[in-house]
Amino acid sequence: MQAMVQISRLNKSFGAHHVLQDINLDIEAEKVTCVIGPSGSGKSTMLRCINRLETPNSGTITVDGELIGYEREGANLRELSTRRIAQQRARMGMVFQRFNLFPHLTVLQNVIEAPIQVRKMAKAQAEADAMRLLGQVGLTQKASAYPSELSGGQMQRVAIARALAMKPQLILFDEPTSALDPELVGEVLEVMRELATTGITMVVVTHEISFARDIGDRLVFMADGQIVETGEPKEMLANPIQARTKEFLSRIK
Amino acid sequence: MAVQEPAEPMLLPPRHHWRAVAAVAVSVVLAAFVASLAGNPNMQWDVVGNYLFSGQILDGLANTIILTILCMAIAIVLGIIIAIMAMSGNPVLYWVAQAYIWFFRGVPLLVQLVFWFNLALLWPRIGLSLPFTDIDYTISTNVLITSFVASVLGLALHEAAYMAEIVRAGLLGVDSGQSEAGRSLGMSDGQLLRRIILPQAMRIIVPPTGNEVISMLKATSLVAFIAGGDLMTAVQNVYSHNFRVMPLLIVASIWYLIVTTLATFLQFYLEKRVGQGFSSVASRSKRA
Repeated sequence: MQAMVQISRLNKSFGAHHVLQDINLDIEAEKVTCVIGPSGSGKSTMLRCINRLETPNSGTITVDGELIGYEREGANLRELSTRRIAQQRARMGMVFQRFNLFPHLTVLQNVIEAPIQVRKMAKAQAEADAMRLLGQVGLTQKASAYPSELSGGQMQRVAIARALAMKPQLILFDEPTSALDPELVGEVLEVMRELATTGITMVVVTHEISFARDIGDRLVFMADGQIVETGEPKEMLANPIQARTKEFLSRIK
Repeated sequence: MAVQEPAEPMLLPPRHHWRAVAAVAVSVVLAAFVASLAGNPNMQWDVVGNYLFSGQILDGLANTIILTILCMAIAIVLGIIIAIMAMSGNPVLYWVAQAYIWFFRGVPLLVQLVFWFNLALLWPRIGLSLPFTDIDYTISTNVLITSFVASVLGLALHEAAYMAEIVRAGLLGVDSGQSEAGRSLGMSDGQLLRRIILPQAMRIIVPPTGNEVISMLKATSLVAFIAGGDLMTAVQNVYSHNFRVMPLLIVASIWYLIVTTLATFLQFYLEKRVGQGFSSVASRSKRA
C-alpha cells in the first residue's frame, strides 16, 4: 500500500514544551486515518505540521512523495519560499475546529474564492463546481447566505465544500465536530461518512470514537507528544495493547 | 348588592423636581447668550451674509475639500504600506516604519508645514543628478514646492503616521483563523491580505478613519499659516483688508460645520457597507 503522507522523526516545541517527540507515521492513500488522544497530546499540532501551518523544529514530511516546506540542497534542506509553500498547501484541504469561514463573503463566494484566486479558474466554472459541492453537503439553498446566518453544523459543511473545491489529494480534519452543539454533530459526520466513500485520503483528529470505529480504516492513539499505538480501529478499540491506550479508552467510555 | 370593584391604580412616573430646575437654568443662560450674540451689532450679520457665498470664500472652501480628500487618500495608501512594513518579519522595514510613526506623530503639524514650505533653505534644487556625468534633471525647490504642495506634503505625511496605527490595529483585529484558512487553501500572502484580511479589517478601520477625515477637514485651516489657499486663508485675506474678523470667522465656522456634518453622514453610510456579513443579530447567534 502506497503512503500518501510520510512523517519522519518529526519534532516540534513551543518554547520549553516539547509537543511532538520524534513522530514517525505513514498515512495510507485513499484511507481514513483517525487520530485520537487526550488534549495536549499533539494531535492537532501534527496535523498542522502536514500543511505547514506550523513549522517543525526537525524532521521531514512528504506528501505524495514531495517534501513539504523544503528542497534538498546538497546534504541540507533549504526552506522553500512562501509562494512555493502556498502551492504545496493548495493540494491539501483543511477543515478547522472553529470553521474559519470568511465572514465577509457569502457561502458561494467562500467556496469559489480559492479556485478563482489560486487555481485561476473561470468564475462560471468555479460557480458550477461550487453548486455541485454545496449539493453534496446539502446546502444548495444557502448559497447566497452569509456565514453568520448559518448554524454551526451548516458552517462546517460549507467549510468542507470549500476545502473540496480545490480538488485536494488529501483532506485534514482538525476536530471538526468539537465546537458544535451535540445535536449538530451528526450532520457533519454524515457528510464526512459520504466523503470517505469517494476514496479521498482523510486524516481526522477527533474525539468521536464511534466515527473512528465505523468509518476509520486506521486508528492512531497519541499521548504526551508520542504515538502510543496504531491499529485497525475495531480491533484496537476492543483490545488495546498499551496500558496508556487502555486507560484513555476506559475514561472516555 | 353589587360590591364596588377597587379602581385599578394608575402607574405614574417618578417626579423629577431637579430636572426641571436644571432645564430652566440652562435654558435661561443659553437664551441670554444667543440673544446677546444675535443682537450684537459687532457680529455684523449682514457682513456674514455678504461673504458666505462670495467667490473668494467658495474658492477657499473648494481648496479645503480638495486638500482633505487628496491628503486623506495619500495618507490611507501610505498608512497601509507603513502598517504592513511595521508588521513584516523584515527588521529593516519594521524599524523604518516605527521611526516614521515616531517622527511624524511626534513633531507638531504646524512645524512640519513650515518645514516643507521652507524646504528650499535646505535643498535649493531637487531632482536627479548623477556625479561625473551630464545627467542633471533638477528643478528649483521654490518652483516645485508651492504653498499648496507644501500643504499636501505636511498634512498627508503627518496623517499617514496616524493612519498606519489605525490600519495596524485593524489588521491585528482580524481573527488569526482567517489567515490560517486562507493559507490552507493555498493563497499567497498578497492574496490573503487583499481578499481576506483587509476587507475584514475595514470594518475596524472605517470608524476611526471617519474621525480622521473630520480632524483633517479642520486641520487644513493650519495651512493658512503658509498661505495654503484653503478656506481659512481666504477668510484671513478678507479680514486683513476689512478688519471684519468676527463675521468672517462665523462664515468659516458655518462652512466647516456644514462639511463636517456631511462627512459624518458619509461615515455612517460607509460603516453600514463594510459591516456586511457582520450584523449585530448575526454575531450574537454565532456566539451562542
